[in-house]
Amino acid sequence: MSEGIAARDLTRPDYLQYGTTVRSWLTTTDHKRIGILYAVAITFFFFLGAAAMALVRADLVTPSADLITNDQYNRAFTLHGIIMVWFFLVPSIPTTLGNFLLPMMLGTKDLAFPRLNLLSWYLFIGGGLLTLFALLAGGVDTGWTFYTPFSTLYSNSHVLLAALGVFVVGFSSIATGVNFIASTHLLRAKGLTWMRLPLFVWAMYTTSLVMVLATPVLSMSLLLVVAERAFGLPIFDPRSGGDPLLFQHLFWFYSHPAVYIMVLPAFGVVSEIITCEARRRIFGYQFMVYAMVVIAVIGFMVWGHHMFVSGQSAFASMVFSFLSFVIAVPSAIKVFNWTGTLYRGQVRFSASMLYALGFVGLFTLGGLTGLFLASVPLDVHLTDTYFVVAHFHYIMVGGSVSAFFGGLHFWWPKITGRMYSERLAQFAAVSMFFGFNFTFFPQFVMGYMGMPRRYHVYPPEFQPWHVMSSVGAVVLGFAYLWPIFYLGWSLVKGEKAPDNPHGSTSLEWQTTSPPPRENFDRLPVVDAGPYKYHPWHSTPDEVEQSHRPQLP
Amino acid sequence: MSSDIALHDPFEEPARQQVAVSFGMWSFLATECLFFAGIFLFYANARWHGGEAFLNGAGESAFWFGTANTAILMTGSMAMAIAERAAKADIVRLTRWMLWAMLALGLLFLAVKGVEYRKDLHEHLFPGPDFKLDSGPAEQFWAFYWAVTAVHAVHLTIGLAATARLLWMDRHVSLHRHHSTVMASALYLHFVDIVWIALYPLLYLAGRQ
Repeated sequence: MSEGIAARDLTRPDYLQYGTTVRSWLTTTDHKRIGILYAVAITFFFFLGAAAMALVRADLVTPSADLITNDQYNRAFTLHGIIMVWFFLVPSIPTTLGNFLLPMMLGTKDLAFPRLNLLSWYLFIGGGLLTLFALLAGGVDTGWTFYTPFSTLYSNSHVLLAALGVFVVGFSSIATGVNFIASTHLLRAKGLTWMRLPLFVWAMYTTSLVMVLATPVLSMSLLLVVAERAFGLPIFDPRSGGDPLLFQHLFWFYSHPAVYIMVLPAFGVVSEIITCEARRRIFGYQFMVYAMVVIAVIGFMVWGHHMFVSGQSAFASMVFSFLSFVIAVPSAIKVFNWTGTLYRGQVRFSASMLYALGFVGLFTLGGLTGLFLASVPLDVHLTDTYFVVAHFHYIMVGGSVSAFFGGLHFWWPKITGRMYSERLAQFAAVSMFFGFNFTFFPQFVMGYMGMPRRYHVYPPEFQPWHVMSSVGAVVLGFAYLWPIFYLGWSLVKGEKAPDNPHGSTSLEWQTTSPPPRENFDRLPVVDAGPYKYHPWHSTPDEVEQSHRPQLP
Repeated sequence: MSSDIALHDPFEEPARQQVAVSFGMWSFLATECLFFAGIFLFYANARWHGGEAFLNGAGESAFWFGTANTAILMTGSMAMAIAERAAKADIVRLTRWMLWAMLALGLLFLAVKGVEYRKDLHEHLFPGPDFKLDSGPAEQFWAFYWAVTAVHAVHLTIGLAATARLLWMDRHVSLHRHHSTVMASALYLHFVDIVWIALYPLLYLAGRQ
């Protein structure tokens, strides 16, 4: 696939040795180092958001309020939502794995605008600090959705600070999106045509389109909330003819596509892992590409399904319901194609593959329950119940977080130059799948039975389901913490990683681990499509076994 | 044409780098379009439902201030367009003069806006308890007015900062070699001007016979 490997000078420092002071990290414009800066930041926010939810789940073990007050409860779940959506899920895969891998997969030295990339990290940290400050000052109680008129007229919490934090972090998303789009258009290696791009690059590209076109609408709606709350401009205030529904339209115009900002990158990661670990060309490459493009486009046309019970017209509800069913089609194409890729593959159940397979199952379940919610009559029954909570956690946690962990394990040897314990990692992957279902499947059941979301005190008949969910959350918490130990251990004592431990055909594996500052010694030239795991018109069992021996 | 361009890191060819800068800026302007689309949607909704009362509110805006500012900003826009072309053709003095003109006219716009704000505040046109007109759709118009002109002024300030940066760069390096930076700043400023062109009829012509 590429040249430029033979003439490598093995003594050249890798990107981690290129400067070791704190200053060299904080002023770096190397996309790989910025990816790591992001990884450190989002890991902090992830555990912060998880801690807030630990508090909530602990409190929900009993039907009465005994650990925290109602007000604290509202602030805890709002904190969880705001932190997890904007400070973990949205940036998670694009800013860490995307930043690290996109230029390497494109066969170039860096992103198109390296300084803008660093600026985006500082914007992220700035927005994060504002939100943290809101938290330390006493928190926010509006829920992550900032619905008016509560957020503008009635809430006594620190809405302004939190909204400004999210506003600022939006510009970090936009900067990343613009950078990725320009890089994909203008920095592809010689011969790397659009239909030869790895699916991860397509995923980053479509995600960036959504980021660039959806995030500004959120920025404006938050700005209007700030204008109304801070300056008393009656924008959404019904008393002067304002329309609270307008806020919901603006908010969901961003926040539904935001779901695709979270899950399209996961599609990319999972496609890379499955095709490599099954030693199989991806099934239906072009369909995989067009499915992502269609999801990115139709994702903009379904926001109204969040508002079936908000008082929008019945006609609008019917149209949004239909379009929401339509978007299930490309999603289903992807699931079938991943399954098709496994068929007659030589599947290696490595930790990253276990995460990826877990993703396919959980995403399918999350997607199918999404069809329940796309149907107007069922949604009227299920709106604002735990069914909805379980549904979007299956997509965003079961889907995106599994894919993030899968990608983290898959590319760990490339990023750090170290191997981790495969056995311990497999244990983490299985625990996450088990813990996740243990936590969220009961929520489908109790939601269907009528348990509303965001309630602090609940009727005792729901207690067994809440206890199950909380116990599952303990397992899930273990599955999140466990990798810190063995991945941390691998950093210190891990075996040195070979350049291409998985035997991948992708460009990023054709250089050293960890890569040099410039990624490649000579810019690669590409002469074929990705995933050449076996010749065309033959299945892998007709070709020589291409697995390397499994590491311990 | 492009052999004397300052080359930055990931790029191998100057031509490609130039395309990248303008392409990046256009992508960012797509973002900006949707950013302003949100507040224009608020205007459309309020005007559609507000009817006569909304237009009565609009009738209170300061027509001559708005018109003068439109002329000022359009002249500045022309200066910026000339500066960009002059930088491309390497006419150093013209570039410098036109950038100064843009900066001066932009600041003049902000000054006129400030005087207009003072007049509006004097006439109790800020929504609140002592608002001049009936609360209702007229207040919605003025909520739009204050929000959108403030957002526009912030954008213009950023554009003027970019212009000042070009003038600062001009002291050390040739703007001709950094033509793509000039072009990106010019694109951004023109976008800010186009937003004003859309705002002018919405703010100053609506509600007038």
